[in-house]
Amino acid sequence: MHELLIRNAYVIDPINGILGEIMDIPIRDGRVVDKVSEKSDLIDALGYLTLPGGIDSHTHVCGTKVNFGRYMSPEDMRAGRTSRRGVMYPTSGYTVPTTFGNSYRYSRMGYTTLLEGAMAPLEARHTHEEFAATPMQDMLANTLFDGNWSLFEAVGDNDVKQAAAVIGWTLKAVKGFGIKLTNPGGTEAWGFGDDISGLDETVPNWDITPKQIIDTTIRACELLHLPHSVHLHCNNLGMPGNYKTTLDTMEIPSDMNRDRQTLYLTHVQFHSYGGHTWGDIRSEADKIAASVNNKPHIVIDMGQVMFGRTMTMTADGPMEFRLYTLHHNKWSNHDVELETGSGIIPVYYNRQSLVNSVMWAIGLELALMVKNPWQCLLTTDNPNGAPFVKYPEIIGLLMSNRYRNKELESVHRHINKRTILSSLERELSFEDIAIMTRSGQTKALGLINEGKGHLGEDARADIAIFPVKPDDIDPSKQYEEVIGAFQQTLYTIKDGIVVSRNGEVVTGILNRTFWSKPDLPDDMDVMQSSRFIEKFSRFYSVDLENYAVQDEYVERGVAIDSKVV
Amino acid sequence: MSDKVRHVVCPYCGCLCDDILVELDEGKITGVENACTLGAHKFLSDSENRLKGPIMRDGSGWKDISYEDAIDYVVDLLSKADRPILYGWSGCATETQAIGAHLAELIGGVIDSTTSVCHGPSILAIQEVGHPGCTLGQVKNRADTIIYWGSNPIEAHPRHLSRYTNYADAYFFHNAFRERQVIVVDTRKTPSTEIATEFVLVKPGGDYHVLSALRAILRGRADVVPDIVAGVAKPQLIRIVEICKKTNFGAMFFGVGITMTGGKYKNIRNAIEFVDELNRYTKWTISPMRGHSNVYGSNEVFTWISGYPYAVDYSRGIAFYNPGETTVVDILARGEADAALIMASDPGAHFPRICSENLAKIPTILFDPYPSVTTHLCTLQIPSAVNGIDAAGTAYRMDGIPIRTHKFLDNTGYPTDTTLLKQIYDRIREAKENA
Repeated sequence: MHELLIRNAYVIDPINGILGEIMDIPIRDGRVVDKVSEKSDLIDALGYLTLPGGIDSHTHVCGTKVNFGRYMSPEDMRAGRTSRRGVMYPTSGYTVPTTFGNSYRYSRMGYTTLLEGAMAPLEARHTHEEFAATPMQDMLANTLFDGNWSLFEAVGDNDVKQAAAVIGWTLKAVKGFGIKLTNPGGTEAWGFGDDISGLDETVPNWDITPKQIIDTTIRACELLHLPHSVHLHCNNLGMPGNYKTTLDTMEIPSDMNRDRQTLYLTHVQFHSYGGHTWGDIRSEADKIAASVNNKPHIVIDMGQVMFGRTMTMTADGPMEFRLYTLHHNKWSNHDVELETGSGIIPVYYNRQSLVNSVMWAIGLELALMVKNPWQCLLTTDNPNGAPFVKYPEIIGLLMSNRYRNKELESVHRHINKRTILSSLERELSFEDIAIMTRSGQTKALGLINEGKGHLGEDARADIAIFPVKPDDIDPSKQYEEVIGAFQQTLYTIKDGIVVSRNGEVVTGILNRTFWSKPDLPDDMDVMQSSRFIEKFSRFYSVDLENYAVQDEYVERGVAIDSKVV
Repeated sequence: MSDKVRHVVCPYCGCLCDDILVELDEGKITGVENACTLGAHKFLSDSENRLKGPIMRDGSGWKDISYEDAIDYVVDLLSKADRPILYGWSGCATETQAIGAHLAELIGGVIDSTTSVCHGPSILAIQEVGHPGCTLGQVKNRADTIIYWGSNPIEAHPRHLSRYTNYADAYFFHNAFRERQVIVVDTRKTPSTEIATEFVLVKPGGDYHVLSALRAILRGRADVVPDIVAGVAKPQLIRIVEICKKTNFGAMFFGVGITMTGGKYKNIRNAIEFVDELNRYTKWTISPMRGHSNVYGSNEVFTWISGYPYAVDYSRGIAFYNPGETTVVDILARGEADAALIMASDPGAHFPRICSENLAKIPTILFDPYPSVTTHLCTLQIPSAVNGIDAAGTAYRMDGIPIRTHKFLDNTGYPTDTTLLKQIYDRIREAKENA
């Protein structure tokens, strides 16, 4: 039995309605409890800001394309290397660090749970192998269905139950967590070098549209009662004028779930562009935010862009090719048979560029104009908008109008003609930031019952203590101190164990993998479908019997059960 | 009692065929179906070829030693070495490769895989210009034009054509074989050139010129291309560009025929940029024909642990990568290494003579179930279970798809290399922490 008592913590735990109280947190065997014995270990938090462990609900840290980003970029590996220190292995990489590099840097920032944004089912073992090498965080994998032929057939038949059967079987087979749709229909079109430009356009060779794919998949997700909603990367990412597609997409679902959103739109900054060309691109963040404000069943994440060098990587293969034709930088592509695509290119976001400045402003506008912080979560779509180590700077920008105005002076001079950021005076509070970095995530991902993202009794004791006292600081003026505080915790605690102290990882631990295990009735067994089986015998290049991810890859897996109703 | 095991994964080459049927009788492999000659031989000749246990050089001969003594020797040698090299890995599971990468870091050694003598140049090219690729099933279902450049799949990857390209079942064709065309580019006739709808005979060393000519033609500058380029007539080059542009989905595969000839990685860079350019017209992909069953796995594992796909030098405490300097061939040629751990590969058969000579001069440990040319150079050989026969683990196919190999023979009595390497790692680490 291991007991720990954190005393004098300035706790913000929005899930439990605790908004800045000095209190003690008793912990036993990795869980928050009512009280502990006098023999417990003690940490005096001295009134410092104490939050549940951070959760990133959309990041790219493990799997085929992330690793290819490293593989093709020795220049990036050299840019972030550290040698062995204590229990910490050497690390490499700045924008796409090695798995241990990601894990240590996230841990230093107080993060204890990460959702890998895109896992191709056929390559799931790779993601799980890298999860095992990302030890400081519990991991989840959103599973790609945007070009899944068996799902397409169900969509074509307008058969929600069959769609749910395919999704349910696949998630169990590959130990995936949630449903990810990336440019639905577009990644399949890219199989022959095409793309999709509208929600009602027919997917080549398939008599279905992106709108039908999204709608059927949302209904299937709700039929399966999965913890997380459909997680959508909209069509037309990065195209001037794409805000219309995004607005239309938000009209697709009705409110179908009491506990969480019905649709999660990711990296919405990349989907909020007005204008027609790169020459007249402008922000339409106000229209997107207004739509979100009217739809409590929708949650978005920012996908904030920060200036500097980074690596773009997405399942959206055609989008990456378009980027390549703009940048002429090195380009990788990796289509996955019957399932999805992917692409990678390095980019540099330049504050002298009007386009990049507009992108930077849009992410902030979204966060400031979406009224309810539970509906707009903080991400950079790591590393697409920026490496996650930039999160503290984003927090600084959101909490300080003064800092924003200072930055606005250094970006492209026409920024105020294309965005309204300079007119937004809202400054977010520590509570807003707590919601946008952990509480909102646990609610959106459906992990509250798994004890994640809050500090109520029986919650998993994942806790971050930051070197800042909210009552003694004015973030509007002292934004640099706020940034410093969020860059490095005093303590990061995972499962009741101090794992990181003043920026140093101090203990080697083993993580776990959460995956979804919907219980499927007999009439939803795809193994009875000859059409499903034929995919493997004729068109996949791997046998059905070798497709499913074996238990060896999720030794510390936590299956989240759900029932079809 | 005979038994049939289905859907076995073949651990021979980078095709990782996973539809093999193995017949067993009394714990011995008696029959193999679906595999090619190379794969079938791997299974059928397995039991008769294996070493019974570790052997240690003893004067001019060998003596049997126990696994315990063998591990003691390895721990002692690697702990004391100043410039140890850990080489091979391409026949090991990724689980073993991962321990290898951590072991290299622990002892400040160099870890490198057989990549450095096969597709190392391909990776250098990819690090300059990227890699537009895809999984093999994508080619199988969609490709109407396939190019094999500097590779001879019929002899080196015999089922590549039937499982993934020319003869494979395809979703988007009624009669795939008749609707596809195969272009083979090589410096000589091979069995693979026999099946080509278009054979391009290039003078040795001329690949770079031919690729440059194709790129010039594709970009509308046929006027600068001479009448004959490295033995290839201009009309044929123009015809090939036209075929490539009219294709719906093209797939180029290349082998060591252009990675290891003059120009090396610049050849591959040129090929990749030709494919990049073709993507402005239609869909094209390009992929290396990887040799060993899990050579791609070694690149993947080393990358997520160290940041680099091969040739990683930990002697400075950080991961350092500079192929040409930190590649094991170069370290051996310079006579720098003072101890070698060779995992499941045969450098004695493939390295330049100077490297083999230097390998023979230093204490060299070989992990391999079978005797090989390298046996004659090594000090100690340790046989372990064969991944895909009496051990299971992850292997990455040449297109990056991770597949779990099967353990279908029990009770062979061999420990796995994962177990042995873990013991070595744990003992060295413990000694360091207590020092």
